[in-house]
Amino acid sequence: MSITESDKDVRITTPADVCGMGHRMKRKEDPRFIQGAGHYVDDIKLPGMLYLDIVRSPHAHAKILNIDASAALALPGVLAVITGQDLKAAGNLHMMPTLMSDTQMVLPIEKVVYYAQEVCAVVATSRYIAADAVELVKVDYEPLPAVVDPFQALKDEVIVREDKEKKSNHVWHWETGNKDATDEVFSRSSKVVKQKMHIPRIHVSSIETCGMVADWDKINEHMTIYMTSQAPHAHRTVVSLVSGIPEHKIRVISPDIGGGFGGKVPVYPGYVCTIVASLVTGKPVKWIEDRSENLQADSFARDYHIDAELAADANGKITGLRVKTLADDGAADAAANPSKFPAGLYSIGTGSYDMEAAHFEVDAAYTTKPPGGVAYRCSFRVTEAVHMIERMTDIMAHDLGQDPAEFRMKNFIKKEQFPYHSPTGWDYDSGDYHRALRLAMDLIGYEDLRKEQAEKRQRGELMGIGISSFTEIVGAGPSKDFDILGIKMFDSCEIRIHPTGSAIVRIGVQTQGQGHETTFAQIVAEELGLPASAITVEHGDTDTAPYGLGTYASRSTPTAGAAAAVAARKIRDKARKIAAYLLEANEEDLEWDVNKFMVKGSPTRAKTIQEIAFAAYTNFPQGMEAGMEAVNYYDPPNLTFPFGSYICVVDIDKGTGEVKVRRFVAVDDCGNIINPLIVEGQIHGGLTMGLAPALFEEIVYDENGQNLSGTFMDYLLPTSMETPKWELGKTVTPSPHHPIGAKGVGESPTVGAPPAIANAVVDALWHLGVRHLEIPITPPKIWKILRDNGIDED
Amino acid sequence: MGRTVKLTVNGQEVSREVEPRLLLVHFIREDLNLTGTHIGCDTTSCGACTINMDGKAVKSCTIFAVQADGRSIETIEGMAQNGLHPLQEGFWEKHGLQCGYCTPGMIMCANAFLKENPQPTEEEIRWAISGNLCRCTGYVKIVEAIQYAANKIQAQAAQPSETKEVVA
Repeated sequence: MSITESDKDVRITTPADVCGMGHRMKRKEDPRFIQGAGHYVDDIKLPGMLYLDIVRSPHAHAKILNIDASAALALPGVLAVITGQDLKAAGNLHMMPTLMSDTQMVLPIEKVVYYAQEVCAVVATSRYIAADAVELVKVDYEPLPAVVDPFQALKDEVIVREDKEKKSNHVWHWETGNKDATDEVFSRSSKVVKQKMHIPRIHVSSIETCGMVADWDKINEHMTIYMTSQAPHAHRTVVSLVSGIPEHKIRVISPDIGGGFGGKVPVYPGYVCTIVASLVTGKPVKWIEDRSENLQADSFARDYHIDAELAADANGKITGLRVKTLADDGAADAAANPSKFPAGLYSIGTGSYDMEAAHFEVDAAYTTKPPGGVAYRCSFRVTEAVHMIERMTDIMAHDLGQDPAEFRMKNFIKKEQFPYHSPTGWDYDSGDYHRALRLAMDLIGYEDLRKEQAEKRQRGELMGIGISSFTEIVGAGPSKDFDILGIKMFDSCEIRIHPTGSAIVRIGVQTQGQGHETTFAQIVAEELGLPASAITVEHGDTDTAPYGLGTYASRSTPTAGAAAAVAARKIRDKARKIAAYLLEANEEDLEWDVNKFMVKGSPTRAKTIQEIAFAAYTNFPQGMEAGMEAVNYYDPPNLTFPFGSYICVVDIDKGTGEVKVRRFVAVDDCGNIINPLIVEGQIHGGLTMGLAPALFEEIVYDENGQNLSGTFMDYLLPTSMETPKWELGKTVTPSPHHPIGAKGVGESPTVGAPPAIANAVVDALWHLGVRHLEIPITPPKIWKILRDNGIDED
Repeated sequence: MGRTVKLTVNGQEVSREVEPRLLLVHFIREDLNLTGTHIGCDTTSCGACTINMDGKAVKSCTIFAVQADGRSIETIEGMAQNGLHPLQEGFWEKHGLQCGYCTPGMIMCANAFLKENPQPTEEEIRWAISGNLCRCTGYVKIVEAIQYAANKIQAQAAQPSETKEVVA
């Protein structure tokens, strides 16, 4: 049996025909996708539908002198050209709020502040005519100096946001931890390592770009919006607040979504223009980004400039962490973080290590680049934090001449320390870090690899081994701390059992490939004993689903997954009453067994959930409400803290500088597992999205603020050739506070993988004096180091 | 300005008048309403638009509909005949898809490939799909799905049965 198929730690309590938690159930949603019957936004075709296309700025920073749309309007088939002035006249719609309570332009009036910024929108009868019309709009610009580097921006020589009262590019300052205690720890620690690092701008690049169909029904004054949305309810509320259309007159439908990864959380100018275009024309209007628009103008991720210091005592015990960071926000703070956390959950950066004190300071700067700060498959800046601490840990171990695995083992938070209160205030729910690392070492054969590396180094071959033992923080979040634009970050589930014993489950979160239609059915099957195959899961339609905050930050299982279990338990409580009535027994004399209530000590006297469901409509006690349904809005008591240990082996080609990932073992612990097949898929995909920024992906700008990575020919996604055959292992440490003990998994691998790879490359080159390499570690960076050291392929 | 194109699509003859500049992918999606073929990059990089034309895998976002005149094309909608095609079955069995957006292109790419190379190695499969990007799966399970299909097609070919014509 291969590593990936070992399910020995997975808890299964239901038979295969029920298919509750732990079963490798094939996905219920797949038949439509494998037969070309998925239904994505661009597949929607409504009668009389118009098409919207966008004129974009060729400058990163420029005054707009004039917009002449006459030639475009003269083109047959063109109905309208919408400018910033038009939006302003329509009720100040030219500006919109960001999720971080900043503002950003929908369409500009005075000036543009990033390359490819939306300048005006063209509406036409066909996609092709709209594209032709874009070429015919003549815009006169007066170029202004761009400011691309955030450190330069802080000098305030060029002000990006002249619309703001504060004439400065400094956006905010945020601190956490204990500064005095940290300084004191550093003053008495015998060993301190320092490193600057940049986590570069990257882009989620889901294979489906963003898009919308807005359909204004002027007779009923009702707006239907089909949208690539990871958070349809939140978007409905935002649309209502911004447009003034009452919320009950707006229906947002997020149909099948071709990948989200955080990029479909924000509201983009194109969406607002599409809604306005439908209002203006009274017709359905479609807008679909092309790939270059997606890469050039949609929210980026990362772009943190980090300056970190790690302290240890003479025995190599970590004592403290001090971090200063500059966040490049681009032209607006349009990050998708909970309101109270301008730098997200970055303060998870003390990681898996027990230390006395830590202090984090983050500042943010405006630059003339697109706004953003979305997740790229990561829970609110956790990737930046984990890269920092895992690189620092490795540098410290190497500097002390200690094996990085041994060094980690010595510094891990111990199993018996959980729940663990971290120096930055988090309460880690559960963990067993030693076990996960030991398993990863056993699976990869760590000790033998170190011997092989020593032999190869003798022969002048470059091989490296890298470890990353990360702690994630997901499942936002508890209402006392977590909200987006004031809306608390609960999530929801509504269950209705039909008389014949099948069910519909509606959830406030929204799948973009995670497999909710399967896993939520399995959660309800686990709780009620109804077969998962008899449970329909519906999501993404604000008219039918209960209100929820959507799917991102690995929050679906921790929040809505919990809501599903709690709602199912409410139904079970009612089922007990009906069963007692049917069996003429006392409620307290009944016990639950997989899918039925039976009288204690007399198992033949039992009623199945199907029999009870039928009775809920046909034969229920006098005075009881008919039917069988429940809803729960779940407010988690804490976040969840998945963890894992990854080990990567790389070989470096001395001729080209290319890094080849030879092996990669990932041991993940996401608590109890709902579906091992889906968890494996999530980990494979997440690891690949960790490999990507480590070795390939970066959005690059020239000094004029021009995006040099605007197509898939310049922005390199890993293909099947670069992606290794991932080897997985798992431990199971349930979350003590989650109703089904689950923690969430989608993002752990994206968070954990980049430092494992970077650490492996640095490990291969450490003897040449290399302490750190900035990601993406591309062949030219290594090639130069090798040549500087007189190393070539011979 | 229109040009008439006549072609065979999933075994059916079709004839339409099109603008010469109309891309084949838009012709398939919008004129024929076969929306299983997707668009991901517009530059022949991602392969979401892959179809089979005269048995070869072709990225339909960078050829014109008029270039398909007289040809025979097959899209994802034509794959399931008497039940699922072994590739469709393999993707389902092996969890070779998540969001499903790249899946039709992957399946069509693999379909043309397995006809050329019915017993591929893992490395050959990886090379064959290297022009198709997937952002969700990390490819490992896609490779397994294609291996599954190759084995199933081989097994069906080895023992003549009524199901054989499904993959013929």
